[in-house]
Amino acid sequence: MPELNYAGAVNAALRRCLEELPETLLYGEDVAKPGGVHGVTRRLWKDFGDRVFDTPISESAILGTAVGAAMMGRRPIVEIMWADFFLVALDQLVNQAANIRYVSQGRLTAPLTVRTQQGNSPAACAQHSQNLEAMFTHVPGLRVVVPSTPQNAYDSMVSAVYSDDPVVVFDNRTLYLGEKQQVETGGAVKPIGGGTVRRTGAAATVVTWGAMTHRVLAAADRLAEEGTEVTVLETPWLNPFDHEAVHRSVAATGGRLAVVHEANVTGGFGGEVVVRALEAGVLSGRPLRIGAADTRIPAAPRLAGALIPDTEQILTELRKFTRA
Amino acid sequence: MTREGPEADLLAMWRIRAFEEKLQELHKAGDLLGSVHLCIGQEAGPVGACTALSEQDALFATYRGHGWAIARGVPLRPLFAELLGRATGVNGGRGGSAYFSAADHGFYGENSIVGGGVPHAVGAALAGRHDGSGRIAMAVFGDGAMNQGAVPEAMNFAAAFGLPVLFLCENNRYSELTPIRDMVRNEALTDRATALGISATRIDGNDPELVRSTVARYADAARDGHGPAFVELTTQRLVGHYIGDVQQYRTRAELEEDGRAEPIARARAALAESGVDTDAVERAAREEVGAAAAAALADPPADPTTAKEHLYA
Repeated sequence: MPELNYAGAVNAALRRCLEELPETLLYGEDVAKPGGVHGVTRRLWKDFGDRVFDTPISESAILGTAVGAAMMGRRPIVEIMWADFFLVALDQLVNQAANIRYVSQGRLTAPLTVRTQQGNSPAACAQHSQNLEAMFTHVPGLRVVVPSTPQNAYDSMVSAVYSDDPVVVFDNRTLYLGEKQQVETGGAVKPIGGGTVRRTGAAATVVTWGAMTHRVLAAADRLAEEGTEVTVLETPWLNPFDHEAVHRSVAATGGRLAVVHEANVTGGFGGEVVVRALEAGVLSGRPLRIGAADTRIPAAPRLAGALIPDTEQILTELRKFTRA
Repeated sequence: MTREGPEADLLAMWRIRAFEEKLQELHKAGDLLGSVHLCIGQEAGPVGACTALSEQDALFATYRGHGWAIARGVPLRPLFAELLGRATGVNGGRGGSAYFSAADHGFYGENSIVGGGVPHAVGAALAGRHDGSGRIAMAVFGDGAMNQGAVPEAMNFAAAFGLPVLFLCENNRYSELTPIRDMVRNEALTDRATALGISATRIDGNDPELVRSTVARYADAARDGHGPAFVELTTQRLVGHYIGDVQQYRTRAELEEDGRAEPIARARAALAESGVDTDAVERAAREEVGAAAAAALADPPADPTTAKEHLYA
């Protein structure tokens, strides 16, 4: 098993897809010769020729040509350099890609993968810090995944490319250069969906995804030192989302459910997770949502830090929640 | 009876117009609902351009796309059925007037977002570069779409990579309800294309033979690796932007002038001079269209128990 950091795992997954699926194309701004602004697509153009190429700074053209190429039987993997940049070109995903299979009764399909990265990092500005996954979970016809570890990133990317639906893969750039881990490459393509129980405990179920997973696990470890064990359920796939797995876990943890995401709370996908649990009748009391404050995100790290949940804040809130 | 040359073009144009006029009737009768954008007056473009395409080529049109689908060979009955919400429609009633596709006829869809389908055509051409099909793609859009961001993005993308795409701009002088001349500073829309390094020409879009020969020339060039081209077809709508648009923004004199310039009036006059019974051509088209509409009206409505199907693979 190779030892790979997150970026290396995504690169390995893309390489595998380009090797196994001759109909794949990989393109976007600076993804070929420069290897991507975060180095994720490094060297792929050398090995796959004109199937990997740089494009103009034209998000509508990137997404729209991917839709057209996918309709004709290609399997494009395109990059939106920062998730914030989606917003100049959403028509091509929401009005176009998401409709193709449904409206044509399956005569046409749009099996494309959009890979992007999101979230805050020190001194990133307000237009490079948003967490937009909930906007896409609101759109029927799209699939959405937000991975957190090298293995998870590898598996999600391969599954996304093999999926016959349009899939958006949201990385978090603070994870790209994290520690190397053993990653099982090759092997069967995993079905899309599902999550991982990252730790178990009877005090509550904490559902989380993406980069926040690491902060939640750190907070949960410290809480355990204080004698309170919680279950952490990581759910990278938000569509399809395994609500039943959440409900089973909540039922086994006294009906207590917390959801943690980096996106701001209002309209975040955590609200959907909570309401489904409420509808399923598995909650024993009030649920807990932890997310960024409902504000814009400032550039100065000290200011941003006051708004985005860190391990300390998660620990404090979980402590209060589990002892209530 | 097989018609050839200008007579075949007249029949093809009449087929489109009779289809659109039947829609006016069906709308009035309450059988046809929703926003319906007719191409009455613009029939020469689709008839000329589609006959210059090959079977493997991909056409992407707009919500004013009935004529383009018909010219591409999509049968009339399932087209009517689509607009009437019947199960037998080309998309089982899911597309409707403004957003249906018929991929088995190389018609990759209307689009009810202005300019939305133009990047798809570029993507289809990109796919053709990799799948060995020899496909070229054609994007059809109106003058108003020239001011929509996705269109110049797509045109530049095609230009940068030399992709075989024909950009066909049907300039009917109105961006929806507003004159295009008030919304651009360029003398000619072709200037936008040449600025991007794309070969461009502006031609009389009411002459199907001229449209055919021009599109065929650019299609051959695109197939030979010369990259994209842009053709502006000057034409006119004889009706509103949608059924129900009373066109307060147009003068009677302008409409009368358009009535003389429009392709069917012109083709009729020319053919009558050479002794063709043009009324018989019109009758043939109306009979074919009437039978298709009647059959579609009798088709079963779309089944609501299927409304959730086909969202995902």
